[in-house]
Parts: sequence; structure tokens; C-alpha cells
Amino acid sequence: MGGHTSNYVPTSRWGKWMDERLPIARMMKNQFIDYPTPRNLNYLWTFGGILTLILVGQIATGVVLAMHYQPSATAAFDSIEQIRRDVNYGWMLRDFHSVGASMFFLAVFIHIFRGMYYGSYKAPREVLWILGVLIMLLMMATAFMGYTLPWGQMSFWGVTVITNLFSALDTIYNGLGTAIVEWLWGGYAVSGVTLNRFFSLHYLLPFILTAVVGLHIWALHIAGQNNPTGLDLKEPSDTVPMHPYATSKDAVGIFAFLLIYAWFVFFVPDYLGHADNYIEANPLVTPPHIVPEWYFLPFYAILRAFTSSFLGIPLGQYAKLCGVIAMFSAVIIIAFAPWLDTSRIRSAKYRPIFKWFFWFFVFTCVALGYLGSKPAEGVYVFAAQIFTVCYFLFFLAVMPIVGLIETPRRMPRSITEAVLGEGGGGLPSGAAAAPEKR
Amino acid sequence: MKHRISLTLMFALSVVLAAASVSAEEGGHAEVARQKWVFSGFTGQFDKAQLQRGFQVYKEVCSACHGLKHIAFRNLVQPGGPEFPQDAVKELAKTWPNQITDGPNDEGKMFERPPLLSDPIRGPYHNDKEARAAQNGALPPDLSLIARARNVERNPSWWVHPFLMLGDIAEAYQEGGADYVYGLLTGFADPPADFKLTDGKYYNKVFPGHQISMPPPLSDGVVAYQDGTPSTVDNYAKDVVAFLSWAADPSLDTRKRIGWQVILYLIVTTGLLYLGKKRIWAGIKH
Repeated sequence: MGGHTSNYVPTSRWGKWMDERLPIARMMKNQFIDYPTPRNLNYLWTFGGILTLILVGQIATGVVLAMHYQPSATAAFDSIEQIRRDVNYGWMLRDFHSVGASMFFLAVFIHIFRGMYYGSYKAPREVLWILGVLIMLLMMATAFMGYTLPWGQMSFWGVTVITNLFSALDTIYNGLGTAIVEWLWGGYAVSGVTLNRFFSLHYLLPFILTAVVGLHIWALHIAGQNNPTGLDLKEPSDTVPMHPYATSKDAVGIFAFLLIYAWFVFFVPDYLGHADNYIEANPLVTPPHIVPEWYFLPFYAILRAFTSSFLGIPLGQYAKLCGVIAMFSAVIIIAFAPWLDTSRIRSAKYRPIFKWFFWFFVFTCVALGYLGSKPAEGVYVFAAQIFTVCYFLFFLAVMPIVGLIETPRRMPRSITEAVLGEGGGGLPSGAAAAPEKR
Repeated sequence: MKHRISLTLMFALSVVLAAASVSAEEGGHAEVARQKWVFSGFTGQFDKAQLQRGFQVYKEVCSACHGLKHIAFRNLVQPGGPEFPQDAVKELAKTWPNQITDGPNDEGKMFERPPLLSDPIRGPYHNDKEARAAQNGALPPDLSLIARARNVERNPSWWVHPFLMLGDIAEAYQEGGADYVYGLLTGFADPPADFKLTDGKYYNKVFPGHQISMPPPLSDGVVAYQDGTPSTVDNYAKDVVAFLSWAADPSLDTRKRIGWQVILYLIVTTGLLYLGKKRIWAGIKH
């Protein structure tokens, strides 16, 4: 992995024996103890650790929940209630898991916005970034299928609406969309068969997710971490060893985040969910508003912005198809950021124009989320169309153009200079042990 | 350092705002006033006496049509609930009018028997069709989850919305369902002059569409309280809603009690970790 020399020395006989056969201790020491991390990382860089922890937590709670859950159309809803009421601490497991999905997305959105602000997607971190987008896609698929499992009204109708999106392909090739939808459902309607396969996939995907997270961390340790200045690591004094520096900071970030997580779990577990999901699924009764979970709302707003016309452009029978394409493109386009952004400066700290566009982009995403929760009518549709355009323009216009016309702020020559001021480069730092004694 | 923290906060805040502003619950009814519940907020706990009165209202009024299938008789004894004495509940189960279908017996026949402590509190109907046939086409819903399966919509202007949401999260408000059911039980009224009421329906201020098939279930004096609480519709409604809130969330008391221990632990640990981090980084400018 990372390009620094190893100073792992096995001390026990067993350690030496193992080191010659499977040097896992050497790898751990090199990658997670001695690994050089930029000295100027702020708390936004703790979200990688936070996300890893949530992933592990989701799998742990999920495995136990699966021991009590029954994936069938007749028993699923009641089995969730049984978990809540009769399984020891089942209510806690269940709330940790369902709130955990929301916290996972909260953290991943902050993580992605951080990457965008500090230009973490630029060379040499393109593969790292693409793996990140893949992780988000897998998270979305997993969360979507997981939301089906309680088999409440919103579960059922959410699945019905979202799987039906594929029927838009009928407008390209007659029968193609319908075939795909029926293949997904395992029948001619959403039923217990659909629930069973979603449960199976909901159990499978997190492990694929874990594997991709492994690649993500691998790629991170090849390229090294970005940092708030966006500068490359140039001298040893730019870095500190991961342990105890980055680890102590990560620990603070993780526990502070857990505080928010615990607040939701113990005091407002229903807040991020929807009351209708406490009503058992009923194919004969459609809820008045079908709304996905909050983390899908920006994408849902983009989907619904394509009504029979889009900002005056008539779409006719292709409206649904356009919406579906736009919604998926909204995620996929993030993966192209490394090539859409023409600026060679990474950090928005030194990009006076981009910085403003970045914050407007954050506002755009929040606005789309708000609009996704509103009924698709009147002024909401118009606003959603405007913000959909803003969303895509950020990638297709702002990123390429601003990079060409912007004059960056004066930048320090190195991280060390950024931290210590000019001429302060020579101070010792780096991999010295027992730093607290200095 | 300061700049960095404020930047982190800005990031966090904007995403929290996003989360908060968009998880607006949709209910679509007239305004429902927020009530003061003893079990609301981050310190609220159920009041045993109120739950007992609430169960009395359920037993004497609601149970004529509505079941409570996720609650078993034994739950009425358990801590954190109405905590009736076990013998009394055993007696209650024996005399409960809605029996349990069991079997098959040795002759291969299904039979009806009185419920045991472990049996659910059933309503009078064996299935939805029987209920609809008896209720003129209307279906009285099971009440075990009603307090969580309803919510109250708030529709402030878009720029106030995030702050109201954050306020609700901070004060741990999630009693929308309780407020709604209370509003429904006390919301029966004469229809406005220009309102066309369908035959056999009743006007209700908070029910979606304002036409409900349930006749006003409560009136002053229908349930005789034994602990001196005034026998008013308002008290009945409050008490039965408290009981239904417990039925929907029987672990509420434990949840909040453990919650405070967890929060306290996390605050102290975060503080200690922060001090440790400061000490470790003390020699290093960053």
C-alpha cells in the first residue's frame, strides 16, 4: 500500500513466524499506526472513520434483527412488532438499525460535500472518488431494499413507485420496461415474492459494500489523504503519524457523532421515518402522499421535476423516462467530477469563485430535498425544475468554466508553511514517538 | 482552529437542516393542537394511574369495535405499563368477551376458548370482512399502533420549516400521533351549514375529509372513574390516548431511561477524548 518504509519489527517468536507467512501485523502497523497523515486535517476528515463504524454497526444490528425477522408478506409486519415488544432490547436494535440508515446517509453526504469543497476528487484520487460514488449507489440500493422489509404502507408503495420507474423503458422499446419490472417483482405486482428477494439482497449488499469500502481505503492509502489546503505532501514535517494523532481526533469525531445518533435512537426514533409505515401494507389502499425516506428526497425531486413539460419544453410520453434518466444521472454525474473540474487547485479555500458556487450547490441539494417532500404540484414543480437545472449546471458548467476563468488566491508552498507561516518549514515533526513529552 | 470548527459546524448544520426540513410528515388535515402529555419530550414517562384509567376507557368503550392485537393480557401486568395486578388481569382475560379461536381439538374441530395471559387482546371481529359487514362497510382499525401510525402535518413557510424541525428534534417531540387521536376523539361537531354530510357519517374537525364512520364514542359520564378523576370527555380522551401511546410504544419508559445514561456516557467520553486529543496535539501546530 502506501509509499513509506516499514518500521515494523516483530518482537515475539510467534510475531516473527507470522510475519514471514502473513504479515498482517506489519500491514496494520504500516497503514493504521505509522501511516503519515497530513497534520492539518480538520474534523471533517473524521467522517471516514464515522462511516466505517456505522457500516459495522449496521451489519451487527442487522444480523441480529435477521434472526427474529420473518420475510413474508403475512408475517413481516408483525415480526417487526414482535422484535420491538418481545425480543430483549429488540426496540433498541431495531431503532439503532433504522436510525442508523439515516445517520449513514447524513455522514456520507457530509463526507461527499467535504470531498467536493477540498477537491478530494482530483488527481491522483479519481479511482478513490469513483469507488466512493459506487459505495453511495450500493448504500442507496441497500437502504431502499431495507425500507421494504417492515412491509408497512410506505414500504409497499415506495417499492411499487420506484420499481415501476423501469417501465419507462417501454417508451424506448415496447415491452422492455414491463419485462424488467416483472423480473424485479417476481410476478405481476409487488408481493411477498418481491419482499423475499429484497430481504436476500438486503443481506447480501452490505458485504459487497464492505468489500468496496476495503478498496476505497486501499485506494486512499495509495494516494494519501487530501487535506484542507489541497496541497500534496512534500516534506516529512507535513505529516504526523496516524496514531496517536489522527486516531485521537477520529475518536472525538466518532463520539460526538454518536451523541447525535443516540439522541435520535433514544428520544426521537420515529422522527426520520413516516407514520404510515406503522400501518401494514395494503395493496388496495394507496396512501395520500407517497414519500421516500429523507435521504432520497433530493433525487426524488429531480425525478418528479419532469412532468408533461420541463420549464416549458413539452416532454409528452417521454416525461417519465426523462425523469428516471435525470435521477440516475444525478448520482452518476458525481463520478465524473474529476474530469469536469478544469481547475488544478484542489481546495476551495484558494478558489474565491468556486467557493460561492459550492455553497450554492449545497443549498440546491437542500432545496431539492425540501421540494421532494412536497406534493408535485404548482410552484413546487417549477422550483424543482429550476433547482434540477442548477444541480446539473454545477457539474456541467460551473466545474469546467470556473476553473478556466478563476484567479486562485495565493497559496502556501507546503502544508507546513500553511500551518506555521512562512519560513517555518524546518521544525521537527513526523514519526517521532511519545509526542506528548515534547 | 476556530475557523475550522465553524466550518465543520456549517457543514453539519446544512446537512442536518436538509434532513430536518425534508422529513416533514404529511398528514393533510385541519390544525391539530399540541397537547401536554406526561410522556412527551426527553424526560416524559407514562403515568401508571393514567394508563389504568385509559385502559378502562378502552375496555368499556373502544373494545366494542376495536382490537388491540399487538398487546397481550400479560403486557398489562408488565413494568412500564398500567401494571395491573396479575390476578386481576387473569380474571379479566377469563371474562373478556372476545374469545380466542384455538384448535384443532382431538375431533379435528376448531373451538373458542377464553384468552390466557399470553393471548392478544382481540376485538369483536374475526376478520376485516366480518367487521365491515357489521359496521356498515366501515373498518374499525386495530388500535395497538394507532398512536404511531398517525401524525400531524405542519405547513410553515419553507424558511421557518428547518428551524421548527430542529426545535422538535431538540425537544424530542414525537407525539404527533397522540395529538391527532386526541384531536379526533374531541373533534366531533355539528357540520358547517354548507357541508354535505353523507348519511351514516359523522362530522369530525380533524379526520381527513371531515366525514368519519365512527359515531362520537365518548360523552361525559360514560365511564365511571374510581380514583376521583372528573368523568369528562376531555379526561377520557387524554387517558385513552395515553394508554394507546403506551400500547404503541411499551418500551418508552425504558428507552428514555437508558437514553439518558447513554447520552451522559457519550458526553463525558467525548469530553475526555477531546482533552486527550488536545494533550496529544499540544506540541504540534496544525
